[in-house]
Amino acid sequence: MAVLRRDLLLTLRRPAELMTTLFFFVIVVSLFPLGIGPQPELLREIAPGVLWVAALLASLLALPRLFAADHADGTLEQLALAPQPLSLSVFAKLVAHWLTTGLPLTLLAPLIALQFDLPASATGVLVVSLALGTPIFGAIGAVGAALTLGLRGGGVLTAVLVLPLYIPALIFGAGAVEATLGGLEASGHLSLLAALTVFTLAFAPWAAAAAVRISLD
Amino acid sequence: MLEVSALAAARGDRVLFAGLDFSVPAGGLLQVTGRNGTGKTTLLRVLARLVRPDAGEVRWNNTSVADLGDEFFAELCYLGHAPAIKDDLTARENLAFSAGIAGVAADAAAIDAALAEVGLTGREMLPGRVLSQGQRRRVALAQLYLGQRRLWLLDEPLAALDSEASAAFVERLGAHLHAGGVAVVSTHHEIVPPPPATRHALRLGAGQAPAKPGSDTDFPGGRAAGSQRNG
Repeated sequence: MAVLRRDLLLTLRRPAELMTTLFFFVIVVSLFPLGIGPQPELLREIAPGVLWVAALLASLLALPRLFAADHADGTLEQLALAPQPLSLSVFAKLVAHWLTTGLPLTLLAPLIALQFDLPASATGVLVVSLALGTPIFGAIGAVGAALTLGLRGGGVLTAVLVLPLYIPALIFGAGAVEATLGGLEASGHLSLLAALTVFTLAFAPWAAAAAVRISLD
Repeated sequence: MLEVSALAAARGDRVLFAGLDFSVPAGGLLQVTGRNGTGKTTLLRVLARLVRPDAGEVRWNNTSVADLGDEFFAELCYLGHAPAIKDDLTARENLAFSAGIAGVAADAAAIDAALAEVGLTGREMLPGRVLSQGQRRRVALAQLYLGQRRLWLLDEPLAALDSEASAAFVERLGAHLHAGGVAVVSTHHEIVPPPPATRHALRLGAGQAPAKPGSDTDFPGGRAAGSQRNG
């Protein structure tokens, strides 16, 4: 689809934006072992929460990229006037956004999880939970980003709007990794997280498209 | 083709226009004039269904556009103030993307031909960021050479264009009208399409500016618009 291809091409042409997000993720996560010192027990315990919160904040950092530029240069108007539904275009943008934000974060996570001395089983669950959770961050964030289009200080407002909605994903995602660390089955957490992902992906593009129309009015 | 009845729009507390009635037949051009801030852009955005009017309705082929779905958008070409040009994409990629989201099938040859029509031969591979304002506008206008969309809503299409490009645009507009298309153009420049087309004028902002003598039928306040043959 044209929108997906173009968004991926734009990110390739300007890799600095993608790098900012990843660098932020790596730095934030790395600060904890440095600040706490060599206490493997404690580090293992906080790892799920730290990695998940860092991934969440990194996703938040990438949100303005989703619509702001297209809003400023008139592309969003053209998308709203295209013969295909706007929610479909929004979905294509979300896929492109995830491929350039959520997927790299997920792939990077096992590498920086080494600093926390996570066992292999927990690292595996971490990757799966982030793969399921990062689309939620993008999709819910898209609604917030669309609602605050054209507002001054929209970035902060987006954070205030969407952060509370990220909490369920954070609880189940970090909970899955913690369960594995505690020797329990993670499948319960992961199933709930997957259900949340499906639900969000079904409704968020539609809600974000409605929000875009409101901000164009 | 395009009919408007009792249309009203306000921005905040300010009523931009109210009780607007006009109709533009196939092959007709409606030129919207008026001072800055009198609602030219808002009118075009209402016609394009981007903004909901406060009252009244817009009909296309005798059907209210509110009831029309994608078939209305498939016939519509709206060019706003912002030319929708990405700095990091080349002129060719920008145009190909615009055609892609508008659902216009255009192969590489058609894209290059359209860019040639707007005088950008040899600049197809330049990224948007090195194009001048006028060249960006030309890339946006190149869309008019792709596909057969019957309703053109153009907001200040001549802004930043040189006289040569303006003349080429008027020629293209004439061909569009001759083929039975409809165009609503907001501009400060007088556009005179070639003879068979009918030209209507609509002046927004009643009582703020005197009607320009010598121009076509003028309707201060936008009460109604009639038609007058040119040439």
